[in-house]
Amino acid sequence: MVILKDKRYAIAHKEAIIGVLLVIVNFLWWYGFAYGLGSGDPRKYQYILGLPAWFFYSCVVGTIIMTILVYLCITFIFKEVSFEEEEGNRK
Amino acid sequence: MNMAVIVPLLLFLILYFLIGVWANRYVKTSNNFLQEYFLGGRELGGFVLAMTLIATYGSASSFIGGPGVAYTTGLGWVLLSMAQLPTGYFVLMVLGKKFAIIARKNNYITIIDFLKDRYKSNIIVLISALSIIIFLFSSMIAQWVGGGRLIESLTGLSYQTSLLIFAVTVLVYVLIGGFRAVVLTDTAQGMVMLVGTIVLLIATIMAGGGLQSIMSKLTAENPNFVSPYGADRQLTSLYVSTFWILVGVGVIGLPQMAVRAMSYKDSKSMHRAIIIGTVVIGTIMFGMHLIGVLARGILPGIEIGDKVMPMLTLEVLSPVLAGFVLSAPMAAIMSTISSLLILVSSTVVKDIYLNFIKPNANEKQIKQTSFWVTMLIGAAVILFALNPPELLVWLNLFSFGGLESVFIWPIVLGLYWGKGNKYGAISSMIIGMSSYILFDRLYPNALGMHTVVLPILFSLITFILVSLASPSVGRRGTAG
Repeated sequence: MVILKDKRYAIAHKEAIIGVLLVIVNFLWWYGFAYGLGSGDPRKYQYILGLPAWFFYSCVVGTIIMTILVYLCITFIFKEVSFEEEEGNRK
Repeated sequence: MNMAVIVPLLLFLILYFLIGVWANRYVKTSNNFLQEYFLGGRELGGFVLAMTLIATYGSASSFIGGPGVAYTTGLGWVLLSMAQLPTGYFVLMVLGKKFAIIARKNNYITIIDFLKDRYKSNIIVLISALSIIIFLFSSMIAQWVGGGRLIESLTGLSYQTSLLIFAVTVLVYVLIGGFRAVVLTDTAQGMVMLVGTIVLLIATIMAGGGLQSIMSKLTAENPNFVSPYGADRQLTSLYVSTFWILVGVGVIGLPQMAVRAMSYKDSKSMHRAIIIGTVVIGTIMFGMHLIGVLARGILPGIEIGDKVMPMLTLEVLSPVLAGFVLSAPMAAIMSTISSLLILVSSTVVKDIYLNFIKPNANEKQIKQTSFWVTMLIGAAVILFALNPPELLVWLNLFSFGGLESVFIWPIVLGLYWGKGNKYGAISSMIIGMSSYILFDRLYPNALGMHTVVLPILFSLITFILVSLASPSVGRRGTAG
């Protein structure tokens, strides 16, 4: 039962789904590097810039990558809509 | 005790107070008191929106409790805390536009306005209002206890005096300036938190002779400090992953976060806020928790976790810089409390008083009631905090998970699922709250996951099954 009242909702729904996708990517990157590289013997870890490799990729690079992805999504996919009553309100 | 520490704290207090006075002009001249006092006239720009979300979210546990746990646990706790990164983008992306459009169209002031209109049910209004009041009231007390103890340890003033100075300042600026004062002080406080984190992180790395040297010290003491599993290998990957629900995506169900999704000016502000918010929350959460781990390489043997951050700051920074950095946890505490105070007050005034007690109150009565309610709640919180209950970090997380289990599905599915109805919402709220309390008391961290996971799952299943099974009352085509 879907009533399409307003074009702006379609945009909002698409953007909400992007939010969910970003969290999934974020989680997979974070989990994959942390437990993929970090599950061995801590004494044998490789180090990058003074930090254990699992930590460097999962927490440092992961945060930077997510910031870039968020920036790209906002710049290229997210659309500006008006919140005022007059426009877009077609009942 | 240490004037160099006290002076910056006092200067910031004066600044926050002046912001309150400035915001009061808007409260006085606005022709829509409720929207101005409880929502800042829906005029937030991108930067302010990002900072108020972060400052509201970042609390005593981000600056004091969290680094303390990181100190005893190691890098595994930093990994866990990075589950908070989504709060920077997820809340606004998912609630964002739809909420803002609907809120403006129907003139919603509170989250409960939305729930009431969506589900057409007074029971939902009551359950929501009660859970906001009870959970956030206890949350405010926990924050003040943390704040009072911190000031006590920094200044040598008594707990009661430290608490009163800060609590009264916050109460005054919230009272006279409303939501606008809250978000503007949040912005100043968020900046203090951000800059403080960066300064302390750099100073800590330098004092420890670089990351490499600190990491080898930690490995020598216990190699598990640099593993993702914690010092005693107590952090399983499943347990740590479930924090993505508690402090990541679940944050969407916190009324103090969700209400901000209807307070901004235009979609451009929201877009900017998402980018700024992600960068700032990432920096603060990563920085503060890593600082907690690094502290171990510089000041080993601290017994009480909550003392790690203050002691480290005084050790690695000059007194003036230390004073500035130590205003960061106070800023985090004040910004959280001020947001909760105005939210609880709006709940009492808009959702209880105007709904059930006096629906046709005039502008003047609404104004007076709002001031009195805010004043009484603020005073009650201070009074309770003077005789403090224990448990800092976990009490705070309790009100967190409880509220999430209550609100997440009625809000999210209310926005995006047309078939959801009031029966589904009511039963899911009741199941969410009661199962959270039961699990917390009887079987915490069930099946190796954080306590919040099963209640959120149960309330989802309840919402869907009951909505599908019950007659289509309260159904509305807001999903499109």
